[in-house]
Amino acid sequence: MSTRNLSIDHLNVWYGSRQVLQDVSLDIPDRQITAIIGPSGCGKTTLMRCLNRLLEVNTEARTEGKILLDGKNIFDPDTEVTSIRKKMGLLSQRPQVLPMSIYDNVAYGLRIHGLRKKSELDRLVEKNLRGCSLWDEVHDRLHSPATGLSIGQQQRLCLARGLAVEPEIILGDEPTSALDPQSSQNIEQLLVQLKKDYTIVLVTHILRQAKRIADHVVFLYMGKVIETGPAAEVLNNPREDLTKRYIAGVIS
Amino acid sequence: MKRSNLAARKLEERIFKALMYLSVALVLGTLLLIVGIIIAKGVPSLSIQMLTQTPKGGYYLGKEGGILNAIIGSIYLASGATLLALMVSLPVSLYINVYTRNNSRLASLVRFSMDILWGIPSIVYGAFGFIIMISLGLRASLGAAIIAVALFELPIMVRAMDEVLKMIPQELAEASYSLGATRTETAFRVIVRQAVPGLITGGLMAFGRGIGDTASVLFTAGFTDRIPTSLSQPAATLPLAIFFQLGTPFPEVQGRAYAAATVLTVMVLVISLTARLIAHRYSKCITH
Repeated sequence: MSTRNLSIDHLNVWYGSRQVLQDVSLDIPDRQITAIIGPSGCGKTTLMRCLNRLLEVNTEARTEGKILLDGKNIFDPDTEVTSIRKKMGLLSQRPQVLPMSIYDNVAYGLRIHGLRKKSELDRLVEKNLRGCSLWDEVHDRLHSPATGLSIGQQQRLCLARGLAVEPEIILGDEPTSALDPQSSQNIEQLLVQLKKDYTIVLVTHILRQAKRIADHVVFLYMGKVIETGPAAEVLNNPREDLTKRYIAGVIS
Repeated sequence: MKRSNLAARKLEERIFKALMYLSVALVLGTLLLIVGIIIAKGVPSLSIQMLTQTPKGGYYLGKEGGILNAIIGSIYLASGATLLALMVSLPVSLYINVYTRNNSRLASLVRFSMDILWGIPSIVYGAFGFIIMISLGLRASLGAAIIAVALFELPIMVRAMDEVLKMIPQELAEASYSLGATRTETAFRVIVRQAVPGLITGGLMAFGRGIGDTASVLFTAGFTDRIPTSLSQPAATLPLAIFFQLGTPFPEVQGRAYAAATVLTVMVLVISLTARLIAHRYSKCITH
């Protein structure tokens, strides 16, 4: 597989006059899980929404700086925003299944990007449902509405739907926060399996989750990167005082 | 001191309770009275002949025949107008909900103008439709009336659809964007699909208002005994049938007016019940 590279270079974001991200520079390691941790309102979600440029959809935000994906700045005016988003699969806090059948949910992205051939669609739907260990549970009701699935199954369906369009990076915005423990564990296991093929960026407020699955941790506080490094180092042996206090639960 | 305070509060409670009962009774009583009078006056003149024949015996003062012209005219008119209004309302409500950012000035401007249009009395739409009709060189006809009623229905429909589309979580649209979909693909393949029951309810509401409105078609529909066979022919509607026939001194003609009122009320009732049913099912569906 080709090497790819995601890095953030002096990123600043303002909502009106309020600055929510300050001079964020990060290299996201390839084919590893990078967890972004920090207290509520520290800018984790904003940072994630910059990566797939969802930030600009519904908010009046001003950005400065660069996000380089495969060496190209995603904010460049001549960068096609849909192609950026196609490269970044998104798992949101609550699973958002599309109002259609299980099959059509996975086929949705493929059809949008021009795939029409039935046999090929069938093959890819099955492949991606298998990839998210959902095939055995749903293969006999592919054409019933996706809303009939349990919430944990819905989240795996969302993952399958995202993987179907062959992203390079998977973004998870607290993807287990609405799920029960068993479903959360399923998602965590899937993410660990997927990191051999994908670069994963995970926003989480669960420190133990970061400990369990992250290779790399970024600690954000008040819009600034306070500390970043290998997970074991940052979580067990933080250098910065702020990180220590966050991990100890003094600040939240 | 304390005791008398409590007594006063209890008295207050009783007075307001009584007032509310009275208001509720007034509302229900009015509804029962309206329906009751329409049925009492209308049902005796309702017959197979009333529902299946056009007026006979000389223009609308003829003493025979029925109101089929008005029933068919109303259905043609309200369907055409609703279809026309839909063709404008759906894009407008999608535009302000999907294409513009939350709280954008343009979206608030559109919502504000729809509120103003909503408040304009329907006779003004009638007059406006009349001016358009004249300036286009049309005569009073089904087509001209459809345009006037479509204008009248437009704000009702846009606001109803807007309310439905506003309820759709932003995250659902984002799920679609994150797969690389454009706004148009997201709007038509995801948002509209999710909103279909609510959109149908909005359309039915507008249909119900359109079929019952008199003033907007007063100058534009013309009135005729015949069933229109093209857009350029004049058309009768149920409200116009009531308006023109009730004021005559002939009991047989008045009977047709009451029959028209009964048919109209039943139609509007069925439409609003259907709309409610769909809305109810819909609200169950979205809380998954």
